[in-house]
Amino acid sequence: MTWLTEPFAYEFFRHGLVAAGLTGGLCGLLGVAIVLRRMSYIGHGLSHSVFGGAVVSYLLQWNFYLGAGLWGFLSALLINAAARRRAIGADAAIGIVTTASFALGVALISKTRSFTRNFEAALFGNILGVDQRDLLVIGAVAAIVAAAAFFSYKPLLFATFDPELAAIYGVPTRWVETGFALALAATIVASMNVVGVTLIAAAIVIPPSTARLLTDSFGRMLILSTAIGAGCGVVGIHLSYAFDVASGAAIVLLAAALFAVVYLGTEVRGQLRGRRRPSVAAPRPAAAPGSLVFPAPEVEGQRFD
Amino acid sequence: MTAPRWAIELERVSGGYGGEAVVRDVSLRVPAGRFVGLVGPSGAGKTSLLRAMLGALPRVEGVVRVGGRAVTPGAPPAGVAYVPQVDGVDWTFPVTVADVVQMGRVGRSGPWPWPSREDRRQTAATLERLGIGELGGRHIRELSGGQQQRVFLARALVARPAVLLLDEPTASVDPKTREDVLRLLLGLNREGVTIVMTTHELNAVAAHLPWVVCVNGGLVAEGPPLELFTGPTLSRTFGAPLRVVRDPETGGVLVAEVGSGPPLGNGRRGRVPAMLGPVGGSLS
Repeated sequence: MTWLTEPFAYEFFRHGLVAAGLTGGLCGLLGVAIVLRRMSYIGHGLSHSVFGGAVVSYLLQWNFYLGAGLWGFLSALLINAAARRRAIGADAAIGIVTTASFALGVALISKTRSFTRNFEAALFGNILGVDQRDLLVIGAVAAIVAAAAFFSYKPLLFATFDPELAAIYGVPTRWVETGFALALAATIVASMNVVGVTLIAAAIVIPPSTARLLTDSFGRMLILSTAIGAGCGVVGIHLSYAFDVASGAAIVLLAAALFAVVYLGTEVRGQLRGRRRPSVAAPRPAAAPGSLVFPAPEVEGQRFD
Repeated sequence: MTAPRWAIELERVSGGYGGEAVVRDVSLRVPAGRFVGLVGPSGAGKTSLLRAMLGALPRVEGVVRVGGRAVTPGAPPAGVAYVPQVDGVDWTFPVTVADVVQMGRVGRSGPWPWPSREDRRQTAATLERLGIGELGGRHIRELSGGQQQRVFLARALVARPAVLLLDEPTASVDPKTREDVLRLLLGLNREGVTIVMTTHELNAVAAHLPWVVCVNGGLVAEGPPLELFTGPTLSRTFGAPLRVVRDPETGGVLVAEVGSGPPLGNGRRGRVPAMLGPVGGSLS
């Protein structure tokens, strides 16, 4: 058991563990709406876009979190705006905005050729690079995003299920989209050093996909996906230490392995259940004429008020 | 406050989605408590008219009033519920029947992520009255077509609307389910809910609805279906020759396609009903 407790002697490991748990949970939480809206590619694209913003921040000597976060937020808003045009799908909008942003970062790097900063950590994740300030940022982002998800659960559910109808029912879908874009950009920026730009997409997509296999409830999917993301982060860091591999890779490989196990398990369970009962609810006898008349509501309803 | 005489008023309304206008110069008044069928060919602007009433049509000229108040694009009017076509529903989305119905209370529910006691009570009561009370915990894909239609109707009704707008609620369902849905709607209408429903089911409209509006871009005609459904009016609405057969005993009508080209199939032009449905009488 010493291999479990030994790494806690090191401060960098303790920092890394907390950071991986929080970012894993964050990515899992936000990933639910992304996966259900079939925009999985946005995590991949936006992380690359943020990389472009990180380069620009470095060159202009801005605060990394502020510059990269603002860049990611604007990219997400641009994607939303472009995807609203019927002629352009969300996938194409993501491809256009994020690759252009990434290309800008690459162009600036090739132009200046004078970097001292290690961008490898941003690309592949380096848990050794997590310091006190990073932990504070990750903790603040996690607390704000979790609180926002908690208090906007109902509008978020409706806007994810059917954004057009949600707007008709009074959900401020533009604000929901904007808030979501802000949360996603902040999460990606906060996660860059832990998981790395190249693997953030997996951290966003795999936990909710695993959770989806386990439940038919949006609420439970949010909880499960967050727990799976956080769990994979914590255990993945241990594996990263034990096998001396990059933290991001260890976390993502663990999440992928868990997905494979759950996929196979649910497949077998589905096969067994399929033999036992039909999938469609049994029809109920039609209601008798007149029985469907609504009595006067006990609570006065909204009538042009 | 006295209830307005007109539930819905459209004054010279034109509009669409940015390009050419889909709806052109439509003026229409729907009295409070009326059940109106909106018929016309595909692309005639039926859904766009509903969207104009909801403030959800991007470009609108003219005046739209619901419940006596002007409707502006982007601002859904109070007291109106909408049941869209079920074609666009993602049936794999992880929601139960109760989750979907509670979406209809999104503006009245508290800030907590779980449903309030009132949410649960209203949801259970609405589902029970629609005959699907035992399905609250089921996933939406596990239901039959008729049950799914009732779930989306329940989402609209749980908001206790004064006006209910439905976009082809009887599309893609069997005749029995269609009759059940219409029975439900007629029951609601008797309680005073104003209903506007788009449909392609001309025979069902003729048999059950008291008022019909024919549109094809603009307003073609409106009136009681038994008076309005004549060969020339329907042919003008749909742009295809249609024949109306009247039942001398019940006074009901049956709309049949005449066909303008060479005969198809068995070649018995003008003998095949376009849409099968109950002829004459009414659901009670």
